[in-house]
Amino acid sequence: MESNGNAVYLRRVTKTYGSGPSRVPALRGVDLDVPMGEMVMLVGPSGCGKTTLISVVAGILDHDEGDSLVFGNDLRAMSQSQKTTFRGTNIGFVFQAYNLIPSLTTMENVAVPLLILGNSRRAALNRSKDVLAGVGLGDKLSALPATLSGGQQQRVAIARALVHNPRLIVCDEPTSALDADTGRMVMEVLRQTALSENRALIIVTHDNRIFNFADRIARMDDGRIILVEPQVATS
Amino acid sequence: MLMGDRGKYLGLIMGLTFAALLITQQSAIFTGLMTRTYSFINDLSQPDIWVMDPKVQFIDDIKPLQDTELFRVRGVTGVEWAVPLYKGLLKARLEDGNFQIVNVLGLDDATLIGGPPQMIEGNLSDLRRQDAIIVNDVGAQTRLAKRPKEAGGKTTPLQVGDILEINDRRAVVVGISRVSRTFQSQPVIYTTYSRATSFAPRERKLLSFVLVKAADGVNLKEVAQKIRQGTGLAAYTAQEFKDLTYNFYMKSTGIPINFGIAVMLGFLIGTAIAGQTFYNFTLENLRYFGTLKAMGTTNGVLLRMILLQAIVVGVLGFGLGVGGAALFGYLMRGSELAFRLVTEILLLAGGAIGLIIVLSALISIRKVMKLEPAIVFKA
Repeated sequence: MESNGNAVYLRRVTKTYGSGPSRVPALRGVDLDVPMGEMVMLVGPSGCGKTTLISVVAGILDHDEGDSLVFGNDLRAMSQSQKTTFRGTNIGFVFQAYNLIPSLTTMENVAVPLLILGNSRRAALNRSKDVLAGVGLGDKLSALPATLSGGQQQRVAIARALVHNPRLIVCDEPTSALDADTGRMVMEVLRQTALSENRALIIVTHDNRIFNFADRIARMDDGRIILVEPQVATS
Repeated sequence: MLMGDRGKYLGLIMGLTFAALLITQQSAIFTGLMTRTYSFINDLSQPDIWVMDPKVQFIDDIKPLQDTELFRVRGVTGVEWAVPLYKGLLKARLEDGNFQIVNVLGLDDATLIGGPPQMIEGNLSDLRRQDAIIVNDVGAQTRLAKRPKEAGGKTTPLQVGDILEINDRRAVVVGISRVSRTFQSQPVIYTTYSRATSFAPRERKLLSFVLVKAADGVNLKEVAQKIRQGTGLAAYTAQEFKDLTYNFYMKSTGIPINFGIAVMLGFLIGTAIAGQTFYNFTLENLRYFGTLKAMGTTNGVLLRMILLQAIVVGVLGFGLGVGGAALFGYLMRGSELAFRLVTEILLLAGGAIGLIIVLSALISIRKVMKLEPAIVFKA
């Protein structure tokens, strides 16, 4: 299988939940290419398979049939342990609900991916300081997540997704809990700090206010990608 | 993560502290109580071997022998000396006319072997004076104390020179002793063997025990065996007699079951509180465990995280619980409460708390190990 240099290469990918009469097909043969240096948004109605698709791409869910290559690696052929290591090294996550560990400071939260990779605590905290400064939170290093606004928490989550220099960042509804201005600011941070020639971004969103930040938009419906539209990104 | 949730963290520590406290305290009281069952044997350090009726089951189970048995025991090879001991519960009449059951010990008239381990007032040899008795300090201050003449007044401890009547015979206090508290907790009165048998109701047999010292260099168990063979009586080394007494209380009384239930209750309540709190903590933090899994944390690391948190709360709970029990024992020292905290109890409590945290953590570990990281994409 060839990924043709794409960060993500999907062909005829299917995924079904349950079995027998309660079977629910979530993906019905998805084709998608995400090249390096590109921000792709997956959009579509609830239940269309967006979340399942990024779970497959991120290697946290196995698909049933078809080809799925991430940086040329067939994740389905990997053991659980190999997949865990692959995720830790290559993928950064940004979640709708931020998922920052409440008892850790922003600096400690951002350092977590580096600690998972075996970096020393000191080195991890030093690096996390730099990345937090990069997302404009250099003055909130010791703050607990509960003391930050939603926008600030999402920027901490972006810093956490970036701190270990992953090649793919997967974002699940990163702006849906934020007001329009804050959502725009978060997307600007994402585009400016996360997107580079060596990295691809996949964003699942319902939020049409941020569509203009994407390089391409893949519209999904009923487990299929029905349209891929190029966009003129705003920054 | 657990320590960030103050409420659950403290709740978990409190649960484990309660369990450790209850297990340690109840076990220490049980041990103290069981030690009291043979405290009298401990107090008599001189004899190596105790000789008695073969049907005797424990120290307070007196089945008297004929006085002539003493001479038969003295005739056994390997016996250096053998002396008689009377032990019995008799009624003492107090100055105010009330009666009190007392534990009377009659020591060999010639040697006074078997006397109290510590004299507070007077001397053991004072027992040779007419009608002399020695009373233990706790008995003198409590059950044998003189009642106040006016209502609400203070009792006056029995003192040297005071007079009692034991079975209608005059008895003069010539000394105050200190002895280990006994299981039955009656006042302990020492006197000579001949006087004790005169206090006792008329019976054909009055000799309770024969106390034996083995000759130097001989094997105690062999001497005991020879006494058994030569006299047909039961002969035990001091340790064997303690074991016999201890085993009787263990097997024939409800004490172990009662304390066992209390200890088990502490264990079960501790397990329930700790298990439920730990599980709730895990459920509430599944999203974060899922996030860590998604970000590349292995199950092994998560396992170690959970175990470390469980160990930290376990050690804190154990320390606080055992500390609380030790403080309780310290505050109750000198009271009637039997409390004996030995290393084995600390090991038992430590093992129980260890088991509680392992059981509690196991439920959480299972949940986290089976957790699909895909949960992170569910809002």
